[in-house]
Amino acid sequence: MMPAFINPTIVAHLVLIFAVMNMLVLSSAFMVWMERKVCAYIQDRVGPNRVGFEGLLQPFADVFKLLLKEELIPKSADKLLFTLAPIISVAAALTAFSVVPFGTETTLFGLLREPLRLEVTDVNVAVLVIFAITSMGVYGIVLAGWSSNSKYSLLGGLRSSAQMISYEISYGLALAAVVMMAGSLSLREIVLNQSGYWWHIIPRWYLFLQPLGFLIFFTAGVAETNRAPFDFPEAEQELVAGYHTEYSSMSFGLFFLAEYVNMVTVSAVATSLYLGGWLGPFLPDWLGWMWFLLKTLALLFFYVWMRWTLPRYRYDQLMEFGWKYLLPVAILNLIATAALVIWLG
Amino acid sequence: MNPVLFYLFAAVAVIASLLVIGQRNPMHSVMLLIVSFGALSGLYVLLDAPFTAVTQIIVYAGAIMVLFLFVVMLLNAHTEDEAVPQTLGPHGMKIAVVLSLALAAEVVWALSRVGAASFSTDSAAAGAISSVARIGTGIFTTHAFAFEVTSVLILVAMVGAVVIARKEH
Repeated sequence: MMPAFINPTIVAHLVLIFAVMNMLVLSSAFMVWMERKVCAYIQDRVGPNRVGFEGLLQPFADVFKLLLKEELIPKSADKLLFTLAPIISVAAALTAFSVVPFGTETTLFGLLREPLRLEVTDVNVAVLVIFAITSMGVYGIVLAGWSSNSKYSLLGGLRSSAQMISYEISYGLALAAVVMMAGSLSLREIVLNQSGYWWHIIPRWYLFLQPLGFLIFFTAGVAETNRAPFDFPEAEQELVAGYHTEYSSMSFGLFFLAEYVNMVTVSAVATSLYLGGWLGPFLPDWLGWMWFLLKTLALLFFYVWMRWTLPRYRYDQLMEFGWKYLLPVAILNLIATAALVIWLG
Repeated sequence: MNPVLFYLFAAVAVIASLLVIGQRNPMHSVMLLIVSFGALSGLYVLLDAPFTAVTQIIVYAGAIMVLFLFVVMLLNAHTEDEAVPQTLGPHGMKIAVVLSLALAAEVVWALSRVGAASFSTDSAAAGAISSVARIGTGIFTTHAFAFEVTSVLILVAMVGAVVIARKEH
């Protein structure tokens, strides 16, 4: 007889966790390919097209190359923290996705007695959990910068911590406005609050109620993930490669993995908060995750598009923008939302 | 509460906190303090207070410790490898011993007064703790005065820091 803890629901959960982890890693491989392809077309080139169909296997070739490279640790580096930093980055990036719901409940065609929710875990403070884990991710970068014992790395790490603290506030205030409208901190409830249509055409997404909030959230999200035009921690013209200058082999690869997984997470959270998550027309309920993928992919494409279109700001411009423009606008947005929520009951 | 998890988190919190003061390298101390905060947050989860747990991470591990790291990095604080000169005289030593003994006695006295009965196992009460709405209403009604006083205190500290740090023109 099987022990009590091996029941179909628990097995299904384990499979789900395994699948989500692997999908995240695969999606970051796909993102590397998409980035190189989109960048190539924007610059009127062809891009990777040798390994696999249209170069789709190029990221895997890159990873194998990195795995075979020698791992170098600078002599004067703090060995423990130097090794720990990329691990912290990747762990934080992968954990943040655990509370993002990406579909409705399913019984897998009657295979399970209790329906399985398509998310790793449903906590009633999901929005805050994402916020907390994102704020842990900064340690990976800061520690990498400090432990390398190199001036470029240190400057990259310092910039990164200042940047993340500055933009986290606006990020949190934009989140708070959505939480106020939904009256819940659970991402699943926030998504379900966006079901239905206005005049049978326009979906009731928070994007239309919170256009400013969406812009603030996404801008701060780009800054949080250190992407162009806010990629100061690794600004190559000034800092060689910033916080990961001294890293080689797969530990360098891990920082890349973390960056791409973080982009996927920010896009997935933006999809849940503002674009109605897995809700969409035409498809049956159990295929809702396709809508989720499509919306997330659209945001990710925007991320890449922006990187190859906009030049990097100057560092003082970044700080000025964060504190003098983004933050006041975010506070105004929050107050206006609060007033509207009270006025409309 | 799961006793295995409780002892695990408690052990991590205590050991990490002890190691914080045992480190010569300020950076390692900061990291160990974060580990300790993480373990505390785990204990809050076991107590059915997920909101407190997440707030602990966001405020302490996420915001305050990043500032700590920032300061350590900016000052480029070196490890305290050199023998630290004894700054406490014999009298200072005596006072320190008396004070720490007094603190220990105080803690023992306070803990012995707290009986097992005061820990409520009522699940309705536990639900109230974890309700974000209840915490919010509590802060802005019953505890509004304490909340506002705290924020004024933080504001004063901030203004003080700016005044001290500002260079005379």
